[in-house]
Amino acid sequence: MIASLLVQGVQMALVLVLAPLLTGLVRKVKARLQRRRGPSLIQPYRDLNRLLGKEVVLAENASWLFRVAPYVIFAVTWVAAALVPTFATGLLFSWSGDLIAITALLGSARFTQALAAMDIGTSFGGIGASREVMIASLAEPAMLMIALSVALVAGSTQLSTIADYMAFSAVGLRVSLALGLVALIIVALAENARIPVDNPATHLELTMVHEAMVLEYSGRHLAMIDLAASLKLLLYVSVIACIFFPVGLAYGYAIGLALYLAKLAVAGVLLGVFETSIAKMRVFRVPNFLGAALMLGLLGVLLLFVSKGM
Amino acid sequence: MIAFTLVCIVLLLGLGVAGGFVAQWPSGRRIVYGGSLAISSVSLLLALFSLAAAPSTVTLPLGLPWTGAHFRLDPLAAFFLIVVGLGSAGASLYALGYGRHEHEPQRVLPFYPAFLAGLNLVVVADDAFSFLFAWELMSLASWALVMSHHREPGNAYAGFVYIIMASFSGLALLLCFGLLAGPIGSYAFDAMRAAHPTPGIAALALLLALIGAGSKAGVVPLHAWLPLAHPAAPSHVSALMSGVMTKVAVYGFVRIAFDLLGAPSAWSGIVVLAVGGVTAVLGVLYALMEHDLKRLLAYHTVENIGIIFIGLGLALAFGANGLPAAAALGLTAALFHVFNHSVFKSLLFFGAGAVQAATGERDMDHLGGLIHRMPKTAFAFLVGCAAISALPPLNGFVSEWLTFQAILLHPDLPQWGLKIMIPADGALLALSAALAAACFVKAYGIAFLGRPRTAVAAEAREVDRCSLAAMFAFAALCLLAGIFPGVVIDLLAPVVHALTGARMPTQLGVAWLSIVPVESARSSYNGLLVFLFIVASAWLTVLVIHRFASRALRRGPAWDCGFPDPRPETQYTGGSFAQPIRRVYGAVVFRTYETVTMPPPGDNSPARIEKHFSDVIWDVFYAPIAGAVWRASEVLNHLQFLTIRRYLAFVFAALVILLLALALWQ
Amino acid sequence: MPHGYGFDIAHMLAGGLVLVSFMMLYQDRLYALINMLALHALVLALSVAWQAHIQGAPHDYITAAIALGFKAIAVPWALRRMVFRLGIHREIENVVSIGLTMLAGIALVALSMMVMLPVTAHADPIAREDIALALSVVLIGLLMMVTRRNAVSQVVGFLSLENGVNLAATGAQGMPMVVEISVAFSILIAFIVIGIFLFRIRERFDTVDLEALDAFRGERR
Repeated sequence: MIASLLVQGVQMALVLVLAPLLTGLVRKVKARLQRRRGPSLIQPYRDLNRLLGKEVVLAENASWLFRVAPYVIFAVTWVAAALVPTFATGLLFSWSGDLIAITALLGSARFTQALAAMDIGTSFGGIGASREVMIASLAEPAMLMIALSVALVAGSTQLSTIADYMAFSAVGLRVSLALGLVALIIVALAENARIPVDNPATHLELTMVHEAMVLEYSGRHLAMIDLAASLKLLLYVSVIACIFFPVGLAYGYAIGLALYLAKLAVAGVLLGVFETSIAKMRVFRVPNFLGAALMLGLLGVLLLFVSKGM
Repeated sequence: MIAFTLVCIVLLLGLGVAGGFVAQWPSGRRIVYGGSLAISSVSLLLALFSLAAAPSTVTLPLGLPWTGAHFRLDPLAAFFLIVVGLGSAGASLYALGYGRHEHEPQRVLPFYPAFLAGLNLVVVADDAFSFLFAWELMSLASWALVMSHHREPGNAYAGFVYIIMASFSGLALLLCFGLLAGPIGSYAFDAMRAAHPTPGIAALALLLALIGAGSKAGVVPLHAWLPLAHPAAPSHVSALMSGVMTKVAVYGFVRIAFDLLGAPSAWSGIVVLAVGGVTAVLGVLYALMEHDLKRLLAYHTVENIGIIFIGLGLALAFGANGLPAAAALGLTAALFHVFNHSVFKSLLFFGAGAVQAATGERDMDHLGGLIHRMPKTAFAFLVGCAAISALPPLNGFVSEWLTFQAILLHPDLPQWGLKIMIPADGALLALSAALAAACFVKAYGIAFLGRPRTAVAAEAREVDRCSLAAMFAFAALCLLAGIFPGVVIDLLAPVVHALTGARMPTQLGVAWLSIVPVESARSSYNGLLVFLFIVASAWLTVLVIHRFASRALRRGPAWDCGFPDPRPETQYTGGSFAQPIRRVYGAVVFRTYETVTMPPPGDNSPARIEKHFSDVIWDVFYAPIAGAVWRASEVLNHLQFLTIRRYLAFVFAALVILLLALALWQ
Repeated sequence: MPHGYGFDIAHMLAGGLVLVSFMMLYQDRLYALINMLALHALVLALSVAWQAHIQGAPHDYITAAIALGFKAIAVPWALRRMVFRLGIHREIENVVSIGLTMLAGIALVALSMMVMLPVTAHADPIAREDIALALSVVLIGLLMMVTRRNAVSQVVGFLSLENGVNLAATGAQGMPMVVEISVAFSILIAFIVIGIFLFRIRERFDTVDLEALDAFRGERR
């Protein structure tokens, strides 16, 4: 009991520690591909440290919602990230929330973030919030469809059970899983505000979605929101890894941890390469992009309802 | 037990009559609403105690001489009495404070207890005559309440459409009961239960029940009266109509489809699933186009009724395939959502009513910044918004989660219609949940957050204690139902067992108070732990931040990228917030388009943007029928102006035809 | 039911063909659409080659080679040259929005499943689902022809339709080589004729937009 509690605690701390490293790796890869030296891998930690030490400048008409929101967003994202199996399955509290609950928790974080953006009453907040909910209105159903198709294959919505099933049973190559993987990658790009959906490094309002929502935040509040965004990226990479590439989840903690770090590194490099090689879409092309993900998810579920072999 | 409930109903009717006399007294409001509060609470407690008890019946020598009036209190009726009692108690408590804004209390006070009496009576009626009598009492009392502010523009029209649709629903139910009574004409529900109608009759009866009860509940395309009538009524009545009356309509459908008709057929599941899915998505898309707070909430009622019907459709489909455990899960999900929706929709209407009382405005484009002026209302409304957007750890998420688990249960059903309809409904449910969250970000963000857009919003004051008490009580209930969902599921077990023959596994014994719909290896959810984890993480973060980070804070003007504009018109309005979604979905569903007229350079006149929106269902469905009725009445109007000779000729012709028919029939 | 690897990879390739058809519905630029057509033919070639492997039918390897050389390389190259020389718009005008088109595509997949699976209930399990997926590809190709205004995109839709027919034929264990070669030849002739006509139309009317061409029809309404 104490041991498993300790392991759960280690997992929660691990996701928190690794999240900025993953973000730093993606930035480094993008910089190298653009023939720059780029910031060091631990620059995100330094950024967080710097922001934590700064004074918060709050708009005069900001309400209590604006001040509470970063804590809520961070706490909810952290709980969601702690529910995803990273280096081992069957952690102590992994059964308290399944894939649908994780999706809904991320939806809570997004709801709070959008409200905080509307709080100051600037048009930047409005543009960020309205675009974010438009993207979410397609990305969240797509994620739920993917969750349903994976659950139909594995017989459960619990991520630990799904990971065990994918690792051990003779799943074979399934069409619906392939469709689910493509759709999940599209949803992950959209939810983490990556190119081609949103530019995480932009400062032009024409291209902002996430950046517009956090425009008024500073100091420790901004640090928590940045850390929550990195956690969300880590969460999506972990979900893709544990469903579609569950190697190493049952070989003990040490090997599991090493393989997990390797998966994160591969994902970071692939994301950096992908972001560098394509351009950002214009905003009203994004619903088509996410609509395609929703259709692929729906097609996967439909194929599983129609025939067990798919 | 049933006797005590009937006593409560009679007391409510008496209170209604008394309300007519005391309406002009200064304390008349307190008498009527206080009395309603007391009686509703008693009825609620009675229903809670009879939930697990055996059904009790009573027959009174009222109504039709050869039938009498039958009343029955079984688990299904008890559950819906709980929903009615809770909603009525909350609305009465709210009205104790809100009612002082009423200018013509004599138009509201007598009809309010009558409305409550009608709601309770429908649920306990056990034969067709008393059911329809109570149904019409409910409709007429609520129509009188809708017309209470008849001088305001649009309210008379709303009442007119409402009474037409209510009569239509009563007619459909009358035909349905007529079919079920059969050639013998036995109107008692017990006789209907024992009879076994042919599949054709049963199919027609189910369709009529769906049309009749569904139109009262607000399924598409019979929903058009809802967004007109619900906002026109005073706010506590709107809360009752949206939160409770629609549920009583759902009760009517459940009683007929699951109890009176016997074994369901597979195609009935397909039809209900299709209707539910379309209703859910169309309801929320309509809501996104609205900027009137109460109309937006009314359209959301349509969406949530769609979600309830999706659960009911799943229960029918599984029941038709002989899977009682799965049908139990589907029915539990639907009934849980009935409870949830009545709680959070009432809360949201209370909040909208508070805003209207404080500012006189319903249009969110004239509000803003209310979180500073009305902080307690804002907090309770926020809990309601989060609950209706299905965010954990509140209660909306639990019923949505249960519905998804029901969808996943049996992908191997033999009927092709179900194989296609169930995944489609999963997608429609997910889409409607995401769009609902978007809509409530818009509603809360524009109305409560930001800067005040008009003077009335800048000078709003917090409402009175009774209204706040009602709102906070319902907000607390949302949280409790979200973190202890096992309690609600176990309370629903006798209801579900009576209707489908099976029940969900007992939840109260599960470790850590999780809910396990099928078996723990398959899926589980623990609302309490998720809530505690969130609270613990947030508290830990606060500790660490306050220990290690800077605690300095300074107020300044908003950053706004260096171009701050203090005018509140630069904020987003409801229409601008919904523009991306309107462009993506509205162009297809509502044929929306925008026209921009820019003045030529050098001209000082303002540029104009016009948004065009066409209500497809009204144009395709209601307008042609209204047109046809109008043309027919124009033609028949000529009969008013005939000469005496023509009238005599009509009478003569009718007599000759009847005699001819008699002769030929021999 | 234990799945052999053959079963799974055949399904995967058929499903991949449906996926590429959806990706073709999603494109809104001509060059990208032609690249998708090449990918479509490549996946078809792989699928036919795999079927040849598990059925032990060596003449299907030739079909695969034809698909690869002709439809994956030669035809897209010719189309790209044609688009370049015609100088037509590089964007495809849609009649209906892309979202609705993809929704119609899903409905068509559901329809083909609903029709094909009960009808072939006693057939070989590998072939049943592949034929249902092939019918989806044919229907989606037809959908593309119906919802696009640009003549080149209609040609692409027609070619993808023919790919679907090919998939169905090889999955059903044996379309004789004579039929295969004659079908391929007729496609080639049709392609050359269409190409000639497109150039003539372009010379005469300065456009290949079908809505505009409609105005030049003889009889007025």
